[in-house]
Amino acid sequence: MRTLVVWCPDWPVMAALAERDLPGHLPAAVFAANVVQACNGGARDFGIRRGMRRRDAQSRCPELIVLDQVPERDARAFERVLAALEELRPGVAPLRPGLVALRSPGRFYGGEPEAGAVISECLVGLGVRDVRIGIADELFTAEQAARRAEIQQSLVIPAGESGVFLRTLPVDVLDEPETVGLLRRLGLHTLADLAGLPTETVRSRFGQRAAWIHRVVHGGGARPLATRTPPPELVCEVDFEPALDSAETVCFSARQTAERFVAQLGQRQLVCTEVVVGVEADGALASERRWLHPRWFGPVDLIDRLHWQLVGSLRVGDLRSAITRVRFTPETVASAGDHADGLWGGTDARVERGIARVQGMLGQDSVVAPVLQGGRSPADRQARVPWGERSQGLRPRGLPWPGSIPPPAPARVFPEPWAAGVLDAAGRPIAMLARGAMSGEPARFKPGAAETWQPVAAWAGPWPVDERWWEDGRQVVRFQLVGVDGRAWLVTCDGAAWITEAAYD
Amino acid sequence: MEDGLARPELDVLPGLSQVIRLRAGGSYQVDSASLALALMAGPSRGGAWCAAVGWDDFGAEAAAELGVVLERTILVPDPGEAWLEATAALVDVTALVLVKPPVRVPEGVAAKLSARLRKRGAVLVSLGSWPRPEALISVAEPQWTGLGRGEGHLQSRQVVVEVRRGAAPPRRTALRFPSLDGVTVAERVETPGQARRPLREVG
Repeated sequence: MRTLVVWCPDWPVMAALAERDLPGHLPAAVFAANVVQACNGGARDFGIRRGMRRRDAQSRCPELIVLDQVPERDARAFERVLAALEELRPGVAPLRPGLVALRSPGRFYGGEPEAGAVISECLVGLGVRDVRIGIADELFTAEQAARRAEIQQSLVIPAGESGVFLRTLPVDVLDEPETVGLLRRLGLHTLADLAGLPTETVRSRFGQRAAWIHRVVHGGGARPLATRTPPPELVCEVDFEPALDSAETVCFSARQTAERFVAQLGQRQLVCTEVVVGVEADGALASERRWLHPRWFGPVDLIDRLHWQLVGSLRVGDLRSAITRVRFTPETVASAGDHADGLWGGTDARVERGIARVQGMLGQDSVVAPVLQGGRSPADRQARVPWGERSQGLRPRGLPWPGSIPPPAPARVFPEPWAAGVLDAAGRPIAMLARGAMSGEPARFKPGAAETWQPVAAWAGPWPVDERWWEDGRQVVRFQLVGVDGRAWLVTCDGAAWITEAAYD
Repeated sequence: MEDGLARPELDVLPGLSQVIRLRAGGSYQVDSASLALALMAGPSRGGAWCAAVGWDDFGAEAAAELGVVLERTILVPDPGEAWLEATAALVDVTALVLVKPPVRVPEGVAAKLSARLRKRGAVLVSLGSWPRPEALISVAEPQWTGLGRGEGHLQSRQVVVEVRRGAAPPRRTALRFPSLDGVTVAERVETPGQARRPLREVG
């Protein structure tokens, strides 16, 4: 079976730059654990390579854009490409974000190079400029061909000539550093050298992957593509001919469509919790509204929402001419199993749905999960992770973190510290001297703008923080202050100014 | 309560259960962040989901120390204008919602939310004024121990928790919260006034 592989090089960098609205030619790299995972052409011109440490990369190119590795973002951005390819040729098999295989369209476009041209034109139209296409008898060869194709070009390996093409490749294509190193030390530099060895020897000496590639070079080892099923089309619409001008008639005529909408979701074990109802008049969209349901929409609920929307639009005057079309678009669907009332109370999937609703109202990043991490100040010891994303780059909690405050932890940790004031008995602001000494004992303090000055009843500290001491003039010292009203605060002297970081409320 | 059925109660931390009872469907007004977190810890430890709306200064470490399971905690730190809609959406799916209302809450809104709370069997704890709460819980006379003039560190706090239900006289209880050993969250303090005094001659 002829296979076509589409390769978008440096996809993680492209997706991250597109998300930040930055142009693609700037040198940028995606890092995980301070090691380059992917970089674009601009960064490669400076000699930056995969596996390089961040400080080395930044020393070669100081203006390098540093991006975090977010696999979800890459996959989300690639979904657009997959949908476009499915329009051209159903049955695509995504291998990873940036790399997708499909059955070669063959003669439909008049030949394989023409099919490649159609696909690359389609993707360039989406804004993905760097597209490379490889076509061969099976997946591995097609992927290697794609990696050797020119930008926006396709490299076609004719049927039965995979072996000839593969024999020219270096052994690095095995993508297993240990095996590659061993082969090189044995003097086997190309796949042709590997192909010359007997099958049994390769299997017993070099492992499964080398044996499989050995078989591919000899014309076997083809694997079927695991193609994905395209997401089903769940939108339902009804046209009115002649056009209708009364809300009641429209609702009556749309009833069957609403029933079909709910039934086709039901066949897929889904229910709709958020729907967009669009009403067209004279061929133009006249009214569109998003409706939420606390449980899920049944046919009657849908007709109710349509009626409310029509009556409202007619009264306001959005709808002036007769209605020609009504469309129901499911915005959020959920598994029907999540919404059945459980015998022992709710399930976590129900919670996820509630969170999705809040995210729909306020935006993806508005709902966060609190997580703990290591650090010295209370604000450093916690982090917020947007709901549904994996927490990344958290500092380990197990380390000692000298200078951190012993428990109990403060119940209120201000995201923006408050400007505070601390005076000694003579009414002078307290200053920090060298080696953590203070100019006086705190006698009066004011934790924030909304609070009042009050005498200090008890205090503890100073806790000097050994953090960024190399930054000029920065000497961070923490205090716990208890006022005469009994409330306790965590107050910090950050060089010159006093700030309140947290409250033991 | 209105339909004559007894409403179930939510779990409350052992040290606080003698003082405060959270009945499903009720809204409670609290004036201390740590007490609100301690109220959240009860259902959270029992396996329920909890949420906090409008708390931009949520102390995650303090919450974890009090027993809140952060994996089952949802934060909406900055809901802006839509804080009420976010609260209502979370009331549908969680057992307890902490909320810090940014503006004065009209009675009608509170009544609507209260109906939703009763339907879902959830509890609302408001840090800040809430119209007609089922109970008004306040913390008075905090006294921290463990630090002096430049030595030690904050260890435990003795407070008087005052619970006011409707027009009934307030119930005052002295608590050590957080307690000295750091294991139990709160423990009762026997105040000298409650101990029986020996009779003595007067006049």
